Amino acid sequence: MNDFLPFLKKMISAPGLSGFEGPVRKIIQEAWEPLTDELSVSKIGSLHGLKKGQGPEPRKRVLISTHMDAIGMMVTGIEEGLMRITQIGGIDHRILPGQSVIVHGREELPGQVVQPPAHLLPESAGSGPVKMDYLLVDVGLRPAEVVEKVRVGDLVSYAQEPLELTGEALAGHTLDNRASVAAATICLGELQNRLHDWDVWAVASVQEEETLGGAQTSPFEIRPDIAIVVDVCFAKGPGASDWRNLPFGGGVGLGWGPNIHPALYKAFEEKAKALEIPYNRDLMPKMSGTDAMAVQVVAEGIPTAVLGIPLRYMHTPVEMVSMKDVRRVGRLMAEFIADLKPDAMDKINWEE
Amino acid sequence: MTKKLEISAGQVPEIGPDQFALLEKLTNAIAVSGDEHEVRQIVLEEVKLLADDVQVDALGNVLVTKFGRGEGRVRVMLASHMDEIGLMIVQKNDDGQFEFERVGGIDERQLPGKAVLVGREHLPGVIGAKPIHMTTTSEREQKIEVSSLRIDLGPEIGDQVKPGDWATFATRFGILGPSIRAKALDDRLGVATLIELLKHAPENIDLLLAFTVQEEVGLRGARVAAYRFDPDMAIAVDSTPANDLPNWDSEVENARYNTKLDGGPAIYVMDGATIGDQRLVNLLTGVGDANAIPYQIRQPGSGGTDAGMIHQVRAGVPSVSVSVPSRYIHFAAGIARIDDWANTLKLLHTALSQVTPELLAVERRA
Amino acid sequence: MKSLIQKLVETPGPSGFEYKIRDTVREAIGDSADEIRVDALGNLIAIKGKKAAGGKRVMVSAHIDEIGLMVTHVEKDGFLRVTNVGGVNPLTCIGGRVLFMNGTRGVIGVSGVKAGSLPKITDLFVDVGAVSREDCPVKVGDVCGFERPFLDLGKRLVAKSMDDRIAAAVAIEALKRLESTPNEVHFVFSTQEEVGIRGATTAAYGVDPEVGFAVDVTLSGDTPDAMPRMETALGNGPAIKVRDASFIADPRLVDWMVRQAEAAGIPYQMEVLTAGGTDGRAIQLTRAGVPAGCVSIVCRYIHSPSEMVDADDVENSVRLLVKLLSEPIELD
Repeated sequence: MNDFLPFLKKMISAPGLSGFEGPVRKIIQEAWEPLTDELSVSKIGSLHGLKKGQGPEPRKRVLISTHMDAIGMMVTGIEEGLMRITQIGGIDHRILPGQSVIVHGREELPGQVVQPPAHLLPESAGSGPVKMDYLLVDVGLRPAEVVEKVRVGDLVSYAQEPLELTGEALAGHTLDNRASVAAATICLGELQNRLHDWDVWAVASVQEEETLGGAQTSPFEIRPDIAIVVDVCFAKGPGASDWRNLPFGGGVGLGWGPNIHPALYKAFEEKAKALEIPYNRDLMPKMSGTDAMAVQVVAEGIPTAVLGIPLRYMHTPVEMVSMKDVRRVGRLMAEFIADLKPDAMDKINWEE
Repeated sequence: MTKKLEISAGQVPEIGPDQFALLEKLTNAIAVSGDEHEVRQIVLEEVKLLADDVQVDALGNVLVTKFGRGEGRVRVMLASHMDEIGLMIVQKNDDGQFEFERVGGIDERQLPGKAVLVGREHLPGVIGAKPIHMTTTSEREQKIEVSSLRIDLGPEIGDQVKPGDWATFATRFGILGPSIRAKALDDRLGVATLIELLKHAPENIDLLLAFTVQEEVGLRGARVAAYRFDPDMAIAVDSTPANDLPNWDSEVENARYNTKLDGGPAIYVMDGATIGDQRLVNLLTGVGDANAIPYQIRQPGSGGTDAGMIHQVRAGVPSVSVSVPSRYIHFAAGIARIDDWANTLKLLHTALSQVTPELLAVERRA
Repeated sequence: MKSLIQKLVETPGPSGFEYKIRDTVREAIGDSADEIRVDALGNLIAIKGKKAAGGKRVMVSAHIDEIGLMVTHVEKDGFLRVTNVGGVNPLTCIGGRVLFMNGTRGVIGVSGVKAGSLPKITDLFVDVGAVSREDCPVKVGDVCGFERPFLDLGKRLVAKSMDDRIAAAVAIEALKRLESTPNEVHFVFSTQEEVGIRGATTAAYGVDPEVGFAVDVTLSGDTPDAMPRMETALGNGPAIKVRDASFIADPRLVDWMVRQAEAAGIPYQMEVLTAGGTDGRAIQLTRAGVPAGCVSIVCRYIHSPSEMVDADDVENSVRLLVKLLSEPIELD
């Protein structure tokens, strides 16, 4: 896959909210079909792609875990043709008023989030930012038609179209975490022309934003020897400038903290240095806030690494990444995997 | 290796100079959650000649097996965590000053004016505070935020310390009359207890010792350790706060002490993470009553031990927790009674010696 | 069925101490199941049916524990200080009565609440009629349930612990009415749900189901000024859960459940719950993952001593569950 931009734009134009990943899974499935030897879907919807290694059997397994689910909203009630909503994943209600959305009813209904005037809300609710409980979605249809086409439990997704900005920056919704799926896809692409001893299991996991459900279940089935979790991390930007934020377009975030096996961190760091791929240590003093929280403690435990793509404006419809960083993460992974010898596990230990 | 091994299966272990030396070594070590290296090395050294099998797993837990003898041996897992709460360096500023974050539950009011040790090399540093002369009255009524504090390692620290390094309080182990004073008694008391139990392993059971990681950040090591051991039952051995201080209003009885010093080992009926298996609670209280070993019931409430994960692993593991009470847990220095530790060892050893398959053959009654 | 419900709601069984209610359930099942076992955490698992063509191993989970209180301290004049077992609202406790597992009864008082502030659990005390620490018949670590008789209002039924004994009643009744099934159905009467879905976690691992259903109560949106605003209402039929705060029901299963309800002419409503969790989470996330859904019984005043359900909803929930279990489960 030489030009992955159309693929990424296609992914971030699709819904696929946590628990309802079907639409984006189909797009990823098509992209991975030619890049893998076997494709399957887990019992709760994660996509598993196996690219077999060339080493002697039994082969070791490396898992690449990238979640494909998106944050969004869900209809909780319908009143006079307007819909009340709740969130799937974490959304700051302050960014919602005026957003274009799509209500996924019996058909797709374009609409927008509206903030009722203060005098129609309880006194305490109208003056400051209006909480999600009080926001409504208007799809422009008359009440009778809405009741026919929408029911409680239907999904509402962001409608923002992808935007290509200067300097290879891409903006849009759900770059968290479809940018990482693109990176995993780049990795699979690079491995087409490389020999690698290990089996590579690429997983597009479900429900990261809600339950970490995919990350808890897929590794149980696959039982990898090591896992690489790819997710977006915080890029420096307005209001986000402390140690938790990495330079935008400044290279790979290499996770460091309790979720990460230090030997894997070290191996990635050495690889990045050798290839002159820019990287920054991404400090995670407690939990990583990624699939790694679940992956690491599956069954008897799995040595796990976390790679990050710096992203601005997380969980808004205008998230932004640098394509350079997406490519860097894909390439770093491919080089790391291609270098895994059959006995590589001997070095993934605690003899520091 | 010249150390003489004192293996005395069946005998009740006691506390003496060797045990204090072990606890001193353990509590002076630095092992903040995620970086348990130093304690792991001590544990590996202590257990290597005593155990039938020793493994270090994917998360860094040390898993020790000591088989018993005879038929029908119950597989009993004991878990104590190696990690402690602490700090992580997150940003280097000028002049040897470093920003840091807390790992695990530390009250920020404990931080200003403390000496700390940073990294594998135990480099000394201090967390200072603004001179009182430059503070205002209203300022002194506010907490000093962690984000405004710095660890100062001196102006020429250079690259010896970098973001991602761990740090903790520089407290040294000491004996104060009937008490032990040290940092990280939570849970090096448990770690030391497990090592002593291994030296005196009862032969009626298979003893499965998990020296776990990452307890303070979510009981994470215990989960995978229990999955691997797949035990018949489990006991988490930990240390729990003794808040047995006077109420400000001296007329009012302190009804929220959690545990009391000199009350003996604390047996858990319920905490925030586990409802103890009554078969095991009854075993422990019964052994205490029959052998005149003092014990107390930890006040039911919040908090959690490794048992919180262990009992939910696979198809379920009957579990209970026992803690050595300690004052000022998660502070720079805790204080525990030597007698409470000795009685914890005694209670556990005696109870383990009485574990038979019949214990678990009856249905869980609670 | 009302007498079964009464027996179930009046048996004490706070989380972790389910042995009496387990016996009650076991007795109610009688010889209707093919096999019954109890696991390490005290879950009662009753199996019915053998896997035939198109059939699956199905787990149905209704929790039998209830919220309660546990003694943390006995004061010198015999008053008991307590902590909560599960999500107890101190406001609904005051003036209530409790029943300890050893038969001791007591009343709940409150102390130290300042005007204008709400009571905390630590402000409550239980008075069992003792005059000193020494003559107090309960000790630190003893547990009690709330005591409140079953109330039959005809169309509406009221009791403490409708959450989730009403679901246990529905599951028992469904087990009995289930005549033929291509599925191997494991009815799990689970423990420790109220303290974190613990029993169902280990039961699901042990049962290793291919599909799972939780049966639980859900909030009702039909009382004055109900917040959060929900569309659920008593009498509109069993609620088919789309999501709650703990998990997102498998959408394939949700669609199939809707189709089954419509095919059988059973009224139903859709449920989106923004708080609370159910055993469905434990089933969905066990091992390599399991498609899981939930049949909910709409209930007013959850976690109060007077939880109210609709008798027709209960009957329709049984019908729906029997319908779901009687046929091959189609997921695509």
